Amino acid sequence: MFGTHYRIERKSIALALAIILVASIGGLIEIAPLFTIDETVESDPGMRVYTPLELAGRNIYIREGCYACHSQMIRTLQDEVDRYGPYSLAVESQYDHPMLWGSKRTGPDLARVGGKYSDRWHTMHLNDPRKVVPQSIMPAYPWLDDTELRTRYLGDDLRALRLAGVPYTDEMIANAPADAVAQARPDDDVTGLLDRYGQKTNIRSFDGDSRTVSEMDALVAYLQILGKLSDAAHAGKPANKAAGS
Amino acid sequence: MSGLTLNERQTGIAILIAVIATGIVMAAAGASRADVLEVHGYIVALVGLALLWLVLPGYFAPLPKNDRTASYYDDPTRAGVILAMIWAVLAMMVGDWVAWLLAYPQMTFDFAWASFGRLRPVHTTGVIFGFGGNALIATSFHVMQRTSRARLPDQLSPWFVLLGYNLFCVLAISGYLMGITQSKEYAEPEWYADIWLVIVWVTYLVLYLRTLMRRKEPHIYVANWYYMAFILVVAMLHIVNNLAVPVSLAGAKSYSLFSGVQDAMVQWWYGHNAVAFFLTAGFLGMMYYFLPKRAERPIFSYRMSIIGFWGITFFYMWAGSHHLHYTALPQWVQTLGMTFSVMLLVPSWIAAANALLTLNGAWDRVRDDATLRFMMMAAVFYGLSTFEGSFMAIRAVNSLSHYTDWTIGHVHAGAMGWVALITFGSIYALVPWLWKRERMYSPALVEAHFWLALAGTLIYVFAMWNSGILQGLMWRTYNDSGMLTYSFIETMEAMHPYYVARAIGGLCFLTGAVIGCYNIWMTIKPSSLASSTGDEAPLPSQLQPAE
Repeated sequence: MFGTHYRIERKSIALALAIILVASIGGLIEIAPLFTIDETVESDPGMRVYTPLELAGRNIYIREGCYACHSQMIRTLQDEVDRYGPYSLAVESQYDHPMLWGSKRTGPDLARVGGKYSDRWHTMHLNDPRKVVPQSIMPAYPWLDDTELRTRYLGDDLRALRLAGVPYTDEMIANAPADAVAQARPDDDVTGLLDRYGQKTNIRSFDGDSRTVSEMDALVAYLQILGKLSDAAHAGKPANKAAGS
Repeated sequence: MSGLTLNERQTGIAILIAVIATGIVMAAAGASRADVLEVHGYIVALVGLALLWLVLPGYFAPLPKNDRTASYYDDPTRAGVILAMIWAVLAMMVGDWVAWLLAYPQMTFDFAWASFGRLRPVHTTGVIFGFGGNALIATSFHVMQRTSRARLPDQLSPWFVLLGYNLFCVLAISGYLMGITQSKEYAEPEWYADIWLVIVWVTYLVLYLRTLMRRKEPHIYVANWYYMAFILVVAMLHIVNNLAVPVSLAGAKSYSLFSGVQDAMVQWWYGHNAVAFFLTAGFLGMMYYFLPKRAERPIFSYRMSIIGFWGITFFYMWAGSHHLHYTALPQWVQTLGMTFSVMLLVPSWIAAANALLTLNGAWDRVRDDATLRFMMMAAVFYGLSTFEGSFMAIRAVNSLSHYTDWTIGHVHAGAMGWVALITFGSIYALVPWLWKRERMYSPALVEAHFWLALAGTLIYVFAMWNSGILQGLMWRTYNDSGMLTYSFIETMEAMHPYYVARAIGGLCFLTGAVIGCYNIWMTIKPSSLASSTGDEAPLPSQLQPAE
């Protein structure tokens, strides 16, 4: 063994190739099967994609680094299920490019925060967290309310995601900017949006101002859909007792 | 510039012009969509212009002598050491600032760039890639030449690697402040910065292999195995984890090619092995050269070096999935990750023991010489944090530690105790050699830095152990009626005193780094302690103990 090594360490290319070989094995065995074994991700025909407005909100969530303090992955532990709801399934982040499971809970998990608080609560909380939760250490994001959402190029975002495997249709891509605006303006014609993304799509002014579509609209629309894209996690399980948050 | 041949000067200028042109194209493309890419275009062009302005006056300087191959080429190493120290102070300052923000969140400005979420990756990238990366590149240039007894093959590519790498760091950090991020931890920079890093990194690999090919030693020294594993595997990890679809060639945003559970596994395969091959393998290379050199003792065991090296290279790559215990990742992958993480303790402790046993016979030096003590303490922290890491990878332990500050404490035991201490020790050894000084300007300040760094690390780690374990326990506490006892906000309030302690620990560590900068500056500034700088070290005919 050491004799062989004594020879390999005299040849730089052989050493480099040996390193690549030895280092590749673990990753190949652990990662490649995740793409081929069907049970890795449960199937849920009801799983829907993000609307353009929710996607724009998700991009704001990424931009502001929310994932650094909030996880979106409820583990299979009793206290987590009691605190946050049914544990997360792989299918629920099937269309998440990238996933936002997170690694640290400086703040609570958000995997099922959708519908838990009102839009008004979220808007006030994002504008000044300490007005709503005095002990909070979350940063304030007062500029989201004043910043108009850029919707013009959202079709390109959907197209890029389709390339990565999300089933957006040509119609969704073509109507992306209009759909984003319509979702936050309940007075507009929303039949196209509902046809494309489902009758249960949240349509309302999320920031309480229906004249413009702000970044706050997008972010709150995203937060309100978290955990609501699929019912798979709730199926066949006893209703969860809501406990302390 | 004076070290470069005419041909290299022309190529260098051509590269800079290409960089400026690329910057202008990026700016124009970004402007067409009013995208933040525009700003990055200006930054690229400005960096190119500034470098051109710096090097152009040297174009007509006398050409280097033909006998230059008889000496080592150390100018890029000197620049790299200085850059590493600048990044260290900047990144640690941001780190301590955000640490205070967690204790006193209102202590901020109403600017988007100043919020915690954007500053946090500035700290992590600045420390890991800015400070750590520059230290690795600089020391690897030094070590590969000495252990091969060969000069770098040319004078241009080391500069390209060093400066190109720093351009990547600048793009990364300025991007976060503007909200440009992929959100993948420790791989946040967007697609164009990633492509640029691949170009730089391939040049680095080729440079390394070319130097090794020119070596006058039949054997490749163990430090080089580690540096090579660092370069090769980081390339592999970087390319796979950053596969993404850009929204537009005129925009900064991209979407990861992978999604959900596969994306999580790829990310933590990357994330954990960035720790393994950037923050461990590279710095073990540093340790395997500078510790025996400074102690003037040969490495304790050749066979332990071999077992440690291949064990680390093989086992680490399986361990990433321990970041995903109890998640939607299939259980078989979690179990593999846990198993290999525990086994990983063996090669890790072999490497740490090999370092500490090398000091046998030189413990009086450890007592007297703070520089060597930096390295000794780094090996101790390496041993401690690898033990802690294997322990935390056990599923039951992880159920308590995951998502809490315990992880943060563990990372900092490694980053401050191991990575930063071995780097400071190596830099304190290297600076007098490179600038031809007898010793550092002030050994007393090295001593002060050592104690500040050690105290800071201990305060930090103990604070995070307390807060992490306390919060983990509070989250899972039930009352007699079977309800959760604490609301989330109550568990968070309990963290406050530990967050203050952590910020104080960080401040100690930062103060040490600032003292280090002053000490290095006083050592290298032209007038101090006599002797000239211009001469380059000749190639010795005999190997030194560590070589």
